[in-house]
Amino acid sequence: MRKFIILIVLCPIYLFSQDQLKGIVLEASSAKEMPLPGANVYWSGSSVGAITADDGTFSLPYKFSYNELVISYVGFKTDTITVNENKYIKHVLEASDELDAVVVKSRNQATSKSYLKATNTLFVSSDELLKAACCNLSESFETNPSIDVNFADAVSGTRQIKMLGLNSPYILIATENIPAIRGASQAYGLSFIPGTWVESIQITKGTGSVVNGFESIAGQINAELVKPSTDNRLFVNLYGASSERLELNTHLNTKVSDKWSTGLYLHGNTHQQKHDVNDDGFLDMPLYNQINVMNRWQYTNPEKGVVSFINFRYLNDEKQAGQVNFDPERDRATTNFWGSEINTERFEVTTKLGYVNPEIPYQSIGFQTAFSHHKQDSYFGLNLYDIQHNSFYSNLVYNTIISDSRHKVKTGLSFTYDHYDELVNTDTYERTENSVGGFFEYAYDNLDKLTMTAGVRVDQHNRLGFFVTPRLHVRYTPWGKSAWRFSVGRGKRSANIFAENQNMFASSRQINILNSGGKIYGLDPEIAWNYGISYLQGFNLFERKADITFDFYRTDFKNQVVVDWENPYEINFYNLEGDSYANSFQFEFNYNVFEHFDIRTAYKYYDIKTDYNSGKLEKPLIPKHRLFANASYETNQKENGAQWKFDATYNWLDSQRFPSTDLSPVEFQLDDYSPTVGTLNLQVTKVFSPKFEVYLGGENVTNVRQGNPIVSAENPFGSNFDSNFVYGPIFGSMYYAGLRYKLK
Amino acid sequence: MKRIIIILTVLLTTATFAQNKNAKASIEVDGVCGMCKERIEKAAIRTKGVKSAVWNVDTHELKLIFDERKTDLTTISKKIASVGHDTKEIKATEEQYNSMHPCCKYRDEEVQNDHKKEKGQRK
Repeated sequence: MRKFIILIVLCPIYLFSQDQLKGIVLEASSAKEMPLPGANVYWSGSSVGAITADDGTFSLPYKFSYNELVISYVGFKTDTITVNENKYIKHVLEASDELDAVVVKSRNQATSKSYLKATNTLFVSSDELLKAACCNLSESFETNPSIDVNFADAVSGTRQIKMLGLNSPYILIATENIPAIRGASQAYGLSFIPGTWVESIQITKGTGSVVNGFESIAGQINAELVKPSTDNRLFVNLYGASSERLELNTHLNTKVSDKWSTGLYLHGNTHQQKHDVNDDGFLDMPLYNQINVMNRWQYTNPEKGVVSFINFRYLNDEKQAGQVNFDPERDRATTNFWGSEINTERFEVTTKLGYVNPEIPYQSIGFQTAFSHHKQDSYFGLNLYDIQHNSFYSNLVYNTIISDSRHKVKTGLSFTYDHYDELVNTDTYERTENSVGGFFEYAYDNLDKLTMTAGVRVDQHNRLGFFVTPRLHVRYTPWGKSAWRFSVGRGKRSANIFAENQNMFASSRQINILNSGGKIYGLDPEIAWNYGISYLQGFNLFERKADITFDFYRTDFKNQVVVDWENPYEINFYNLEGDSYANSFQFEFNYNVFEHFDIRTAYKYYDIKTDYNSGKLEKPLIPKHRLFANASYETNQKENGAQWKFDATYNWLDSQRFPSTDLSPVEFQLDDYSPTVGTLNLQVTKVFSPKFEVYLGGENVTNVRQGNPIVSAENPFGSNFDSNFVYGPIFGSMYYAGLRYKLK
Repeated sequence: MKRIIIILTVLLTTATFAQNKNAKASIEVDGVCGMCKERIEKAAIRTKGVKSAVWNVDTHELKLIFDERKTDLTTISKKIASVGHDTKEIKATEEQYNSMHPCCKYRDEEVQNDHKKEKGQRK
């Protein structure tokens, strides 16, 4: 190209009046210097140049203002020589060691969507999890538009997640495909999984596979944990926030023998500083201590095709919330000050055994077991709530093919046992649930445009009875870089009304269960059908990768345990009479604007209505519209791995409906809808080397706050006290810093 | 548990004496890239009786598991040749070979070298 330009420039111009600079370009070959024809010679910063002739000579116009002559030729080092006077130039070009190789780089996206899978699954890599220094799983969805994170109430500091507008009990949340956050751990379980333990997360919208059970309705979230054989030998993460929250994570991994590896993962966090930014007399966030220890053992025997994991985990978590002046020793069970303590102890043993037939790679067997003991003792003002939950889960999966590897089959059996012991004020509730089930899932892949997963499971459950759970997912690719997906499926679950709605205890509401003679707290189980369609299209915009996704999901409840907040003095639980549905629409646009700079934007629309006893109403505290944007930029990695990373996430929530307060006295009445709220999070990471990095960030940097999150905060033992009307941040902006040190 | 696995394994791999339902073989198939891999594996799996086919781009080895009662290596090789890839036994015709994407023309030394370079850079 340059030659061409130079030729164009040169051909017509040959003015005799101009001085000409003459010279010769040579190449240093093995012994002697040889003329170099075809080399480019031009004045730096100008378009004046020439090409050397067959004998290596050149001649080009000379002006006094030109003083740098560039001589270049493919395969040789480019030289720039200073020319101060018009005299004959003799220059030798040196051959460069090698041609400049063109390096083709591809970068794995931190969050990727599959164009091939039948299910609508997002893969969130550990890189994505580092974009917001998430301390635990409940905070790791901040940069993900498919999942909404909000505070459950104004007291406990608990973050709730929602998917398709439905809260976490409707999502099957698993660690390594073992349902992990259910039953007693439903409310706080996400904060019991430290972020550094998570290797990757898979988020499936829609019902998901039947292999992991019948409980998922809105979606499935699976967190893969770090593994002793692949995790860093040593990893230390220290985190401190302006709120005086401190966290420490340490991983130690070692090979015990050629087949056994083990890892010890320690997590501790503490927050002992009282904050009351909004001066309502209540702590904006609880005081807490958590100790969380996991020990994993991994056995790998490639000759035999056996892989096995054994995990032990112990957790102790203590929270204190309520009024600033509350002293648990002095004020517990009195009306001096309103306070709350939530103490949790949990012990888990999980095992995994996988066998892949080394002779026949498509045949494999997996067997998983999980035992957990969960004990929570808590009180919220004068409300007492204790729960003990012992759980055993086991699942046997056999993988094979029918005729050839286009037709894959997963089949197996599962057995679950749950025992609950609850104390709610003065009432005790005890129940046992067990189920035996079998499942069969057929996956077809025509190796081209179509993949399909059709699954069915049958379960015999002592309280839900005998029932069938069918699920179907189809992916079709009519043209390049596209994926249409359809899914339909059924889910069924028993609602743990107290464990899932613990925020109701932080209010003066009277708890009523409108008994319908069912087998779980006198209520019938929840049953829902979920339908979804999504379209993903990748394309190039200005020669850069982009993709758009549209998806629409509808969840139709055939039966639901309605949680009715519409009377400010009561909370009512009853089975659905009529309709209850959740429609969610999402549009997402992702674009790689230029190298190392990516944006992710999303718009979400929710239409969620339920027939309450008081009429058909929008689900409270769900924004109808939501906007999301995330931008991330990183500088080029230097030789030593050093680089900077920058991240910004913006969330805008439309107004949200407050549960009705019409019956309250005028001074405690709220508007029908909350204000809109927009929050911005920023983070900078400086990577010094693959071993060491530090990060600095700010959450909610624009310092947006909900002014009075607690109704009747000045009279917490009065009949209008309620801490559940939370639509936005309570604490305002928070800044944090941390470091990560790892030894491979 | 172990016993169950053993029993299952025994049950699943019990071979009939005459002809093996899960015969294993590996043949050499020429090719240069990931696109070739897809083409070779598709052709092999779409042959009636082939249960699994995995081709390795570095070693050119195609690992096959197939039902001897329904097919044999010649049939599979023919099928692979029909999409343009040479095996030891059967070579693709000019016409079949030319039906491939230009970057997959494995008989062309330049193309081979291009892919070798890529590999070098990947390492």
